Amino acid sequence: MPSRITLLLCSALWLLLLGGVSPHAFADTFVFTAIPDEDEARLRQRFDKVAAYLSRELGVESKYIPVKSYAAAVTAFRNDQVQLAWFGGLSGVRARTLVPGAEAIAQGYEDQAFLTYFIAHASTGLKSSQTFPKDLAGKTFTFGSKGSTSGRLMPEFYVRQNFMKAPDDVFTKVGFSGNHAKTIALVQSGAYQVGAVNFKAWENALQSGKIDLAKVSIIWTTPPYPDYQWTIRGDVDKRWKTGFKQRVTDVLLNMKDPDLLASFPRKSFIPAKNADYQPILDVAKQIKLID
Amino acid sequence: MAAVPSNAAPTTPRYSPVVKTSVGFVAAAAVCLAFADISITTLDPWLEMKRMAWGAVTPDFGAVAGLGMVVLRTIAFALCGVALGAVAGFLLSQIFHLGPVRWMCASVRAIHELFWALIFLQMLGLSPLTGVLAIAIPYAGICAKVYAETLEEAQLPALRTLPKGTGILSAFFFARLPDVWVHIKNYTSYRFECGLRSSAVLGFIGLPTLGFHLETAFSEGNYSEAAALMILFYLLIATLRYWMRPKLVGFYVLIAPFLLGSGAAINMSNIVRFLTVDIVPAPLREGGLLAGQTWRNLGDWSGTLLMDQALPGMVATLLLTQIALVVTGVLALALFPLISEKFFGPVVRTLGHVFLVVLRSTPEFILAYVFLQLWGPSMLPAIVALSLHNGAIIGHLVGRFSDEVRLRPDSPRGINLYGFEIVPRVYGQFLAFLFYRWEVIMRETAILGILGIATLGFFVDSALADIRLDRAMFLIAVMVVFNVAVDSLSRYIRGRLHLSTRAGQA
Repeated sequence: MPSRITLLLCSALWLLLLGGVSPHAFADTFVFTAIPDEDEARLRQRFDKVAAYLSRELGVESKYIPVKSYAAAVTAFRNDQVQLAWFGGLSGVRARTLVPGAEAIAQGYEDQAFLTYFIAHASTGLKSSQTFPKDLAGKTFTFGSKGSTSGRLMPEFYVRQNFMKAPDDVFTKVGFSGNHAKTIALVQSGAYQVGAVNFKAWENALQSGKIDLAKVSIIWTTPPYPDYQWTIRGDVDKRWKTGFKQRVTDVLLNMKDPDLLASFPRKSFIPAKNADYQPILDVAKQIKLID
Repeated sequence: MAAVPSNAAPTTPRYSPVVKTSVGFVAAAAVCLAFADISITTLDPWLEMKRMAWGAVTPDFGAVAGLGMVVLRTIAFALCGVALGAVAGFLLSQIFHLGPVRWMCASVRAIHELFWALIFLQMLGLSPLTGVLAIAIPYAGICAKVYAETLEEAQLPALRTLPKGTGILSAFFFARLPDVWVHIKNYTSYRFECGLRSSAVLGFIGLPTLGFHLETAFSEGNYSEAAALMILFYLLIATLRYWMRPKLVGFYVLIAPFLLGSGAAINMSNIVRFLTVDIVPAPLREGGLLAGQTWRNLGDWSGTLLMDQALPGMVATLLLTQIALVVTGVLALALFPLISEKFFGPVVRTLGHVFLVVLRSTPEFILAYVFLQLWGPSMLPAIVALSLHNGAIIGHLVGRFSDEVRLRPDSPRGINLYGFEIVPRVYGQFLAFLFYRWEVIMRETAILGILGIATLGFFVDSALADIRLDRAMFLIAVMVVFNVAVDSLSRYIRGRLHLSTRAGQA
């Protein structure tokens, strides 16, 4: 009896191993992902629509796969398990450093001058100000995801620049909420006194009635910086056919469906290039998030 | 009553080593508590708690599309992982007496399934193999140890009756194995239950199991959906013995690989790159191996990592582990009467069983996640989560053990029975279970870092978020050393106190 079961186990596992290594899953599907910067339901809704749009316009079956972290999005892109991604500034810079030949091809109109809001719970008594609010010191503070541009990189940069100290030494407690929706929820509930959030995510949440302005409000806005962009792998022309990259670029730039654009939310998509994100790379190196 | 011997009136009372050890651990936990942050930072935790409670009584089974497939996948990942781990563990148990094998097994089981999954994500991406190996590898290390101990401790009367000249294989299959087969089978089925928990939790980092949807539901506050998923999971575990029949195991394992779903294709070059480039410390990658500067840079690199991340991470891990260990013990002692024949009738015992099953079936990762949402970030959610989960497991084992205690007809009842009869008699076994759980609690403490508590796992997660895989692997290596050290210490203490070592089920 034991040996028979063992035999069965072995044969089954061999099948599994063989099946797992065969390289033809999704052979001709054009797969893309996005950094999970907001609620998954919202992302799924948005990017499933994008997938349908891409499939229709490109004539190539396209598919969105959701991931659970910024790093997972970068890794999937690096390992060629997705060929296109909607990255933030920092994740895009990381991905393009890791994948030679990868290119930023389109960004949202608003991404040329993106902003981070510092938001505070009403009980802190912090008020909206034009200059950097130095009385943040000694409060509890939450970033968004560890790999976020608007929720981590830029706010940390400005905190370091103004206090000449690491966030851990400025605040009594530093957290990473995971995404912008959670940052808003955590500051609104008072779990953290202050937080840093992507201005588009804030507007989104405000519109859908998730923000109680009596409890949480904006106290400072960062200077503008470049953020989100579509990044594509350099080897897509080889895998599909020559000119595929250009066609994807055109299709993204021609996205005019107001519903689709509103789901991002962006006014339109405009051309982008790798050099647009040099400022992000410089800041990331300066605060040692990239070596 | 025996007369007090005349020489037994020392001026200072002498306590047994068991009592001294217990007091020592409680004192250590008290000291740790002084350094731990256990504040509740949310201003209004009740609001969210009310919403959760409402969700719990209004489960919404329609919210997750394709729920059946999600459940099947969760089972399939557990089956494949545990089967592979058990077979590998069984083979390893045959050569477990070799030092390097023992060390290798201790090292692989010191890394939690979630970290294995994060490592394999780098090499294989979101492929089914990532989830299967993440379960199989640490389980192989655990099974090898337990199988080897079982084989070693077996009495083996059949073996002694064998005629001289019996072949090794025949001796093994006809004399050694049948004797311990029941133990091995029981332990493996217990491992499968653990495998289901692991499989569910792997969803939190992106594999297509229950955890994937649980993470979404919890983080978006869809508590009715979360409740539906949790209830399904409890049902899955509670009904285990009805569908996990020995005769069907082969069949299940055979079809399980086909239910894992298709994932991303696996590319050899990614695996090679990970092993030969990604995990090589940055200074070695960038400088020539013969240049002195390279090695000085490597020294700085590892020194900084040790001082800034590994050390604070270890301190937090240790604080949390020691507090959680003692609270676990207290909870276990408080909970075990609920299922003990010595204290309650069938109605209370049934309810007690349900209560303990729910507590121990809920993975500590999920418990901690929920408490963090409720109370905000501090060590409190982690302590409560670890203690509830582990306290329920040990409470269950101690409760069963207490049923075997024979009482005199005139034994006391109620609180006196508890304090003067049962607890003293089960205490040794209880400590053995608790010390077995020590290493497990430490491993679980590390993964709670992924949720933001600054244990070693937090720094590993940060390194992975920065795609600095060399740093992540260095910190994981530190974690392995730390865990193996605690494991050895636990074994030493158990040996000193003469506690039974047959507590593998804990």
